[in-house]
Formats: sequence, C-alpha cells, structure tokens
Amino acid sequence: MSRSYLRRRWTDRLVAGVTFLCAVAVLTPLFLILFFLARTGVGALNLDFFTHLPGAAGEPGGGMANAIAGTLLLVGLAALLGVPVGVLGGTFLAEYPTSRLAGVVRLLADVMNGVPSIVMGLFAYTILVLPLRHFSAAAGGLALGIMLIPTVMRTTEEIVRLVPQSVREASLALGIPQWRTLLRVVLPTAAGGIVAGIMVGLARIAGETAPLLFTALGNRFWNWDPLQPIAALPLQIFAYAVSPFEDWHRQAWAGALVLVSLVLGINIATRAAAARQVKLR
Amino acid sequence: MPDTTQAGVAVTADAAVLIDHAAGIEAQDVHAWFDRLHVLRGVFMTIAPRRVTAIIGPSGCGKSTFLRCLNRMHELVPGARSSGRVLMDGDDIYAPGVDPVQVRRRVGMVFQKPNPFPTMSIYDNAAAGLRLAGERDRRVLDETVERSLRAAALWDEVKDRLGRPGTSLSGGQQQRLCIARALAVSPEVLLMDEPASALDPAATLRIEELARELARQLTIVIVTHNMQQAARVSDVTGFILDGELVEVGTTDQIFTRPRDRRTEDYITGRFG
Ligand SMILES: Nc1ncnc2c1ncn2[C@@H]1O[C@H](COP(=O)(O)OP(=O)(O)OP(=O)(O)O)[C@@H](O)[C@H]1O
Ligand SMILES: [Mg+2]
Repeated sequence: MSRSYLRRRWTDRLVAGVTFLCAVAVLTPLFLILFFLARTGVGALNLDFFTHLPGAAGEPGGGMANAIAGTLLLVGLAALLGVPVGVLGGTFLAEYPTSRLAGVVRLLADVMNGVPSIVMGLFAYTILVLPLRHFSAAAGGLALGIMLIPTVMRTTEEIVRLVPQSVREASLALGIPQWRTLLRVVLPTAAGGIVAGIMVGLARIAGETAPLLFTALGNRFWNWDPLQPIAALPLQIFAYAVSPFEDWHRQAWAGALVLVSLVLGINIATRAAAARQVKLR
Repeated sequence: MPDTTQAGVAVTADAAVLIDHAAGIEAQDVHAWFDRLHVLRGVFMTIAPRRVTAIIGPSGCGKSTFLRCLNRMHELVPGARSSGRVLMDGDDIYAPGVDPVQVRRRVGMVFQKPNPFPTMSIYDNAAAGLRLAGERDRRVLDETVERSLRAAALWDEVKDRLGRPGTSLSGGQQQRLCIARALAVSPEVLLMDEPASALDPAATLRIEELARELARQLTIVIVTHNMQQAARVSDVTGFILDGELVEVGTTDQIFTRPRDRRTEDYITGRFG
C-alpha cells in the first residue's frame, strides 16, 4: 500500500469524524433541552394544569388552561392575517417572478424576516394598542401575523414554482382564464406543500414571546374577546419563571414542555404528511 | 379486426354528439418571434375542416410555434410575439377585441407529454373544462364525461375507476384522457403536438386510429417527427423548414411526388 493511499484514507476518516462531531454538537443542545424540559416539567403536568386558571399568587395548584387557549387563539388570529397575504403574495412572486414589484416584495419579505420580533410588537402597539388604548389579543395576533407573512410567502413561492408548466398549459389550452387556472389548478396542485409551509410558520410563531409583551399583555382569566388582553403560554412561562414561588417555577417548566411539544408535534406531523404525499406521487 | 371497427363506429357516434361544428382555418402571413428570434417567417396555409392535416419538419423549424399560433398559446410565453392573420371560418382570431380565452375554447390542444391534472381524478380531468367554465349540473357533467371518454376510446378501460387519479393511468391512457378532456368542451379544431412521441408503438397506433376517427367530426392538425405517422394518419401534409412553409399538398402527393427539392430531401431522409 502506497503512502499517498494511506494518507488519503486517514484524511477521509478525519473529515468524516469531524463532520460527525459537528452534527452531534448541533443536536446535543436540542436533546439536552428536551431532556431537562421533560424531567423538570413532567412533575407539574396534571389534569389541573390543562383545565384550571392560574391560582392566586403564591398558592400552590392552578393551571394554564387560559394560556393554552390564548396561544391557540393568537395563532388563529395570526393565521387569519398571515396565511391569505402570504399565500397570495407567494403566488404572485411565483407567477410574475421578473416583474419589478416582485423584486421589491421579495426584498421586503427578506427584510421583514430579519426584523427583531420585538419590533413587530412595537409596530402592533403603535397602530392598535395606542389608538384603542387597550392591550388586546388582536394586537398580539397582528404582530404574530406580520411575522408569519414572509415565511408563508417564501415557501408558497417555492412550491408554486415547482408546479410544472405543462399543468398550467393544459388548463390554459382548455380555455380557462389565467386567474382561474391559478386558483383552481395551480394552487390545488401546490396545496400540500403550501399547507406544510403554513404549519411550520405557525409552529414558529406559537413560541414567540417578545411580540406579545406589550400587545396581548397576558391575562390571569379566561378571555375570548379579541379586543381584550389575553393570556399566552410564552408570556405565562415568563411571568412564572421570574416569580419568587417554587410551585410557579415548576409550572413554568410544564408550560415550556407543553409549548415545545406543540411545536415539535406540528413539525413532525407536517413532515410525516409531506413524506406520505411524496410517496403517493 | 372487427374489434377496432366496432370501437371506431362508437367513437364517431359519441364524437358527433359532442362536436357540432368543425372549423376551417386559414393562416395568412403568420410571423412569430421569441424576443429577437424570428421563428416563423410568413406562413400561409389552409387547413380544411374534417381532415387530418400533418405538419412535418426538422427539429426546431417552428412546428410547435405554428401550432401554438393557431390557438393563441404562443403569446403566453414571456417575450413571445406574433403577427399576421389566422382566420377561423373566415374570422380573424387575432382581430382586436377577440378574447384569446374564447379562441382556446374553440381550439383544443393535446401536448407531447401527457399532462392530466395531477390532483384530479379521471372523472374530474374529463370534466375539468366544463367545470372550470362554471357548469355545475351533475347530469350534464356525467353525460359529457362518459361521452368524451367514449369518444377518446378510453371509457371501457376506466369506467370502473373514474375516481382514481388521472396520473394512475398508463402513458397511452393518460394521453387519451387528455384527448377526452379536450373533446369535452366541444372544440371545433383539435391541435396535437407530437401526441404519441412519448408512447410505445401500440399506444401510438391507438392515438393514430383515434385521430382518424375523430377527423370525421373535427378538424385535426397534428405535428409529428415521424414520417410514417404523417403518411398513416393525415389527408394533407405541410412541410416547414426554418420557419417557412416549403410545401403543402395531399399526403399522397407530398410523399410520392414532392414538388420542392427540399421536401424530397427531407422525406427521403437526406437531412433533418
Ligand atoms: N420558449 C422559447 N423561448 C425561446 N425560444 C424558443 C422557445 N420555444 C422555442 N424556441 C425556439 O423557436 C424555434 C422553433 O421552436 P419550435 O418549438 O416551434 O420547433 P419545433 O419545430 O416544434 O421543434 P421540435 O420538433 O423539436 O419540437 C427553435 O429554434 C427554438 O429554439
Ligand atoms: Mg415541437
């Protein structure tokens, strides 16, 4: 065996080893987080946690039912804004990729993606909370919805682009107008991927805290009125974590566990559904 | 082959109900460009109703472009332009005020690669043209779907699985589904751009037979690379070279007594 062959073999092993270690380094924090969350949070998870309002300050017991519902409502409100704007915007980018406007929109979406989330909160505060003189679920939904737009828009663009030109032409050649072709043929063909993109986007905003601080604000009670302050899991976790009470600390861990499970669950379900769709083709 | 003749008779009957009129086409000085590229350089051609007209010519000569000028699909390509007149039953489809969408309803098209709508069932594919034009009546849809699938000689193979995805069919069946889809909106002309080039010989033969049958009701223009196919399927053949129509005549005349030297060279395989 020549020396150069040996050297090549060792370099090969070295590179493989380093990349493997890097992969482990990426995954370790994730698993550590999951591990700690599970170990500390599971203890405080019980039926009360999912069904009860928070207890009085310092008293043990109570739960985060209103915060869980609040997060779902906030995400729903955000979807109301972010999904239609994102999907239609992304479709526009895909269908008119070279237009001037598309270039501007794409740039803005990228900029929006990079804007710190607390700034989104400030924005919603300025245009909804100040004029209405009220913290509100709607303001929280607005902040989260704006954050959702660029994610949904860019994934929609990618997916709609993947729809083969031959499918569009088939429809146009049948004498179906362009806008109908888009709505009834192109978008349904892309629907699976678009939904996956939306779900990932929703999972991401579900855990956002900063944009809610001075919009949704938090609430110790039930609230279904979009114009009133509303509880949210991340806010509740924050409030409990900085409190001086032992029981609330444990509940904060439990809340974090629920939030992470929600996000992880959505991501895994989306992947599984996407994988199944690919198999069907 | 009594089998095919019988199927043939059925096809014609169903096509006759769907198609109430076949249009003649007259292309006058048709030019086409992709950006700066001058692809068609003044094509004059008369296409008779209820005949199969074949367009032959070497790759890149402009056959597909010419076809796509006949149903105003060419202008959909970014940067594409055209000029000249295309008369359908005497009326220019490029006249100001003519809606290209309406033109495409009257002139159906079948593409080189079968392209059924991937999210739709066999039934939905055949019904797509009517549905997307606003037809809701279930009875009308059922009837048209069956009739167009019969007219495309596909009904017997799919009648028990109309709910399955259109993409679950074989390539040849998919192409007949695309023909059914085009027939369902009662076109006056059917354009076929190398409809069999992605198919095996048996499936190719079925498409050719179908084209012949349909031509009893419908005007058919078929682009093909395959000289034997043009000879088998068409009544009239036009030869395009470098964006110009070199010669057009009865298929018999073109293949036995071409008038132009270049046509002769091409059909005898000396170039292209
Ligand atoms: N979308 C397009 N953009 C730019 N140029 C194009 C486009 N489509 C075709 N062309 C060019 O136009 C010319 C004619 O193309 P066309 O597709 O009409 O040829 P064709 O005769 O159908 O060829 P083939 O037998 O290979 O299908 C070719 O030179 C081709 O390169
Ligand atoms: Mg072609």
